[in-house]
Amino acid sequence: MLHYPRWKIAMVAVIAILGIVFVFPNLLTREQADRLPHWLQPVSLGLDLQGGSYLLLEVDTAYVVREQLTSLVETVRTTLRKEKIKYSDLGAKGDHVNVRIIDAEDRAKARELLRKLDPDAALDARDDGAMVLKYSEQAVKARKMAAVDQSLEIVRRRIDELGTREPSIQRQGEDRIVVQLPGVKDPDRIKSLLGKTAKLTFHLLDDSTTSEEAGRGRVPPGSMLLPSAEKERGMPESYVVRKRVEVGGDMLTDSKATYQDGRPVVSFRFNAAGGKKFGDATRENAGKFLAIVLDEKVISAPRINEPILGGSGIISGNFTVQQAQDLSLLLRAGALPAPLQVLEERTVGPDLGADSIQAGTVASAVGLLMVAVFMVVIYGILGVLANVALVFNLILLMALLSALGATLTLPGIAGIVLTMGMAVDANVLIYERTREEQRRGRSILSAVQHGFDRAHATIFDANFTHMIAALLLYIFGTGPIRGFAVTLGIGIMTSQFTAVNITRLMVAIWIAVRRPKTLPL
Amino acid sequence: MNFYSRWVATKKPNYDFIRLRFFAFGLTALLIVGSFASIIVKGFNYGIDFAGGILIEAHTTGGEADLHHMRGTLEGLKLGEVSLQGFGNTGRDVMIRVQKQAGDEKAQMAALGKVKEALGAGYEYKRVEIVGPKVGEELKRDGVLAVALAVLAIAAYVWFRFEWQFGVGALIAIFHDVITTFGLFSISGLEFNLTSVAAILTIAGYSINETVVEYDRVRENLRKYKTMPLYDLLNLSVNETLARTILTVSTVSISVLALLVLGGEVLRGFSIAMMWGLIIGTFSSIYVSMPVLVYFNLRTGKETEEAETAEGGPAAAP
Repeated sequence: MLHYPRWKIAMVAVIAILGIVFVFPNLLTREQADRLPHWLQPVSLGLDLQGGSYLLLEVDTAYVVREQLTSLVETVRTTLRKEKIKYSDLGAKGDHVNVRIIDAEDRAKARELLRKLDPDAALDARDDGAMVLKYSEQAVKARKMAAVDQSLEIVRRRIDELGTREPSIQRQGEDRIVVQLPGVKDPDRIKSLLGKTAKLTFHLLDDSTTSEEAGRGRVPPGSMLLPSAEKERGMPESYVVRKRVEVGGDMLTDSKATYQDGRPVVSFRFNAAGGKKFGDATRENAGKFLAIVLDEKVISAPRINEPILGGSGIISGNFTVQQAQDLSLLLRAGALPAPLQVLEERTVGPDLGADSIQAGTVASAVGLLMVAVFMVVIYGILGVLANVALVFNLILLMALLSALGATLTLPGIAGIVLTMGMAVDANVLIYERTREEQRRGRSILSAVQHGFDRAHATIFDANFTHMIAALLLYIFGTGPIRGFAVTLGIGIMTSQFTAVNITRLMVAIWIAVRRPKTLPL
Repeated sequence: MNFYSRWVATKKPNYDFIRLRFFAFGLTALLIVGSFASIIVKGFNYGIDFAGGILIEAHTTGGEADLHHMRGTLEGLKLGEVSLQGFGNTGRDVMIRVQKQAGDEKAQMAALGKVKEALGAGYEYKRVEIVGPKVGEELKRDGVLAVALAVLAIAAYVWFRFEWQFGVGALIAIFHDVITTFGLFSISGLEFNLTSVAAILTIAGYSINETVVEYDRVRENLRKYKTMPLYDLLNLSVNETLARTILTVSTVSISVLALLVLGGEVLRGFSIAMMWGLIIGTFSSIYVSMPVLVYFNLRTGKETEEAETAEGGPAAAP
């Protein structure tokens, strides 16, 4: 008992010192801590403590699949038209595209053409000329995955553009994205920015009909009726627009909000391929109207006066400065492949966070003090030693939280307070055991030795089962509950260490120095 | 030597806990049945984590909050059930809960917009939480799964570490704690949310801590007193660990009390549940998980074998 191996003393000392080193940044102000290296930082506070917004978004993957089928329909249409093959019943239904080739002699040729359209779409041709194109399950899945990945990237770019401090954007599960924005008090602007797909496309107007005619349900195949974004300015309420996309917003390289004739407009620039496509489209269709479509709304439909060859252009609409800025931001960041929906939002103001920290700190301090007094009343000097271990436990717990980069939440503080109550349990077990052994007539040293050894197995079992609960809390918990699970789990580990090693060392030293005749138990 | 040590030294506890087992089992059965009945009949007062909906903590920037006026304004919005509750001691903090809106996630967001618009200026929003119906259902499912798995995993560990009889005892005890805590939430109408699930798992963890400490002693005593009747042995084990039980319950109570009084509004439900869990967990460890062992034959061949190796020599047959 008294002969403590040197390496053990050294280990305890090293761990204690490391604990103090890693706890130390928590005592600094934010500015001071920022100057420290990244591995030596104070514990990061959860959004419930520092204030901020948590958003859980879902990518509408069904939309992606629908989009893909719609575009396949258009490709089928243009292909068959080009080859002058007569068809009927072209359309997307459920998870496939169907079409019927009317003339029997065209069928073999059509089959060849459709088969080559998309390597991921399998063709099923029947004898009566009906053909079905269907994407394989893997292709659909890959497409959905890609859409979520892309959404994640776009969300990140949009939020970065806003200059939010330390945002965290993570994928969750198959089709979800978690966005955490510390310090953001009013998430409405962010929600509205994320709520826009920002899909920009350029289409030709269909001049074979009027929007009134189309409004009565007579939309020519290959065209669509889209609402206008600016009906209040005397513009038509809707436009008939060709479905075929002349140029897509994915070919944009840059976009800025500027002024033209004193009104805010959005200027954009295409990449080389986009610039060429745009140039070709405007040259071939001079005199016609080009609809600028954003999220299935026509922003404006100017007449093409001359070919636009420079690869850049301007969108003028009835924008406010803020709207022009937001639109250019959206275009710069790129379009979402599918709409996002906010499933969950939790916002905590910074004042409330500060109040929570205050309440948590006071509760911890009072709890710690009362437990400490209790231990001294019950165990006297040995209680004091247990309290030293308890304080070390708290230091190690905070140090580990800081070093691991774990997040401290309000329930996490509750976990700490609870851990302090539980932590002395190990010492209680040891001391009670020692008392029993002493009463059985063992010498002091032997009693202490047996007390520690016997209690050790019990402490381990108790802590291990407790750990299972903490682990499950972590796995199934979300947000703040995870924070609670982390502190609870780490608290169990540190109390296992401090109770067994630190108290034992201190008791050994105490006995060696004071050489008591009986233990005050 | 202080008063506690003197007390322990003079009064070696020797209570007959196991004799009270029928009373304890009856009480346990009553609590479990009562809890189930309340859960079935009354259900839970689900918070927005599970029910979905909107929670707003508003703080008035001018004078005290006029709850009556606010209630009138919000009820005029026809958003279904809206509840307002003042809290804190300045009279300026109001907790607003709006029930889940029919429709999808977008409907919830729209409702929040309406509430903010109707209240107008003069309010600061300290906390806004919106949980859509889809997430609410998932959180509920995950919560139930977490509790069920925790109970099973803990029992499995006890089985693995001790013997199957102990595993069964632990399972019954935790089951009892978990069900009655669910019952507490149901009967009291205390808001049931994610934090409550955390509280329940913590209670399960605490209770098993208690049970394991006692089982440890039973196992040790089984090796030590090979001929002692099981009834006496269990009683002895409880009595031997009684001092420790009281001390630990005291220290944990002190911590939880600090949380309850000083931890603030958000942790109130959690702290109340923990307080209850401390009582019920201690009760079940002593009066449920121990007496249950009377009905098992704990002295198996394996036990004797282990004892032999533990004592380092052949043991006399009991």
